[in-house]
Amino acid sequence: MAVTVRIPTPLRRITNGERVVTVSGRDLAQALIDLDRRFPGIRAKILDDRGEVLQFVNIFVNEQDVRFLAGLQTPLEDGAEVSIVPAMAGGAQA
Amino acid sequence: MAVRGLVCRECGQRFPAEAIFVCESCFGPLEVEYDLDGVRGEALRERIAGGPGSIWRYQDLLPVPRVPEWDLSPGFTPLVRAHRLGDALGLPNLYLKNDTRNPTWSFKDRVVAVALAAGKRFGFTVFSCASTGNLANAVAAHAAKAGLRAVVFIPKGLERAKVITTAVYRPTVVEVEGTYDDVNRLCLEIADEHRWAIANVNLRPYYSEGAKTLAFEVAEQLGWRAPDRVVVPVGSGNMFVKIHKGFEEFERLGVIPRQTVRMTAAQAEGCGPIATAYKAKTDKVLPVRPNTIAKSLAIGAPADGAYVLDLARSTGGAVESVTDGEVVDAVRLLAQTEGLFTEPAGGVTIGVLRKLAASGAIGPDEVTVAYITGIGLKALEAVEEVVEPSVTIKPTLASFEERVLALAGG
Repeated sequence: MAVTVRIPTPLRRITNGERVVTVSGRDLAQALIDLDRRFPGIRAKILDDRGEVLQFVNIFVNEQDVRFLAGLQTPLEDGAEVSIVPAMAGGAQA
Repeated sequence: MAVRGLVCRECGQRFPAEAIFVCESCFGPLEVEYDLDGVRGEALRERIAGGPGSIWRYQDLLPVPRVPEWDLSPGFTPLVRAHRLGDALGLPNLYLKNDTRNPTWSFKDRVVAVALAAGKRFGFTVFSCASTGNLANAVAAHAAKAGLRAVVFIPKGLERAKVITTAVYRPTVVEVEGTYDDVNRLCLEIADEHRWAIANVNLRPYYSEGAKTLAFEVAEQLGWRAPDRVVVPVGSGNMFVKIHKGFEEFERLGVIPRQTVRMTAAQAEGCGPIATAYKAKTDKVLPVRPNTIAKSLAIGAPADGAYVLDLARSTGGAVESVTDGEVVDAVRLLAQTEGLFTEPAGGVTIGVLRKLAASGAIGPDEVTVAYITGIGLKALEAVEEVVEPSVTIKPTLASFEERVLALAGG
């Protein structure tokens, strides 16, 4: 399945400035593995050591927050759009 | 105001003070770091007391200077001793921070004023936001005053008055077919591709600093001391976190004595992901699909949720939620006892206050401040079905005596 992944600004250094990358995968987890194969190190910016999505990262598939879908097991149709977005907290104590 | 730069709250990495908002290394939130060496509490108190009657009296602790020709003079709103509501709830030391008394009738004028001043520094010409309504009001009005283009994004289906009170300033109002969380994601994507000042996205580190003034003012108005407890309405959680930061900064600088403020968060049950996590004793805030009349709090994926949980727990506060029915009752109770008409978010605050007072979670001696952050006029829908209908009479004394006199207890 060919899917597109939108890369947020903080990760574009790893993708050599590419904003949208086409990868393949039957589900989100596979797509992220393929993304990491093309841009080594990017997966570690998105998932923690246990393979869970980091606290400050949200992932959407076709505009749906994957936490409402099947998380990393969310299946991807051909042409699906994956968007990686910072969770954007506003901060606290200095 | 001497800003050192931005620092990641999670990993501590430092960045220059630019229009960026997440850490490149860990996606953590960036915060403004100040150079406060040599700032003394007493001198700062004097400078504040001699400053303007607005948020800008706290300029030493804000990231950007006031822009005089753009200033709508937000903040420095009344702190009111709530005798009648306090009697009703058994809280003799209750105060209300009436932040409906702002240029566009919500606390958002505070954060937007700071964001706009930051936007000026960075040379932006289009000013934008993702909003549940009040923020759009504030952005549109401030941009009008500054002569900047405003494009505001709101979820479709907001209260009519919130849309009209924004549109009148002549921004481009964009209604997005989705929830606030959809609007928020879209604005994050826009900020990645276009050089726009999106107040609560790429200016967020500056924007959110404006909410500290809600703590500064309360401390000053209480006679340079913090209250024992605050009750704060929570959507994203940003205001809650920044109110805590405000008290903490004042304490650290010796402006007020050290004291733990019990940070108490109020959510609507129809959108209470933080309250749910609090009650379940977990650290993980799971997103929900909002369904509440408190539309200004209808944020299903609260960005600061984990920080709210942490602060509520570490300060001995709480996170509590109330139903829409309790919200409407609380809006009416506040109006009938204190002459203050709030939007449903304020009903959430008072509803939670009432619940915690009834259960004994708030002690009767506690100096408690409840934040009322938005006006009822923008959300008439919430109460129009439940208020008493008018009495219609003929313009005669007889008609008056027949139909009105008994109602007035005369």
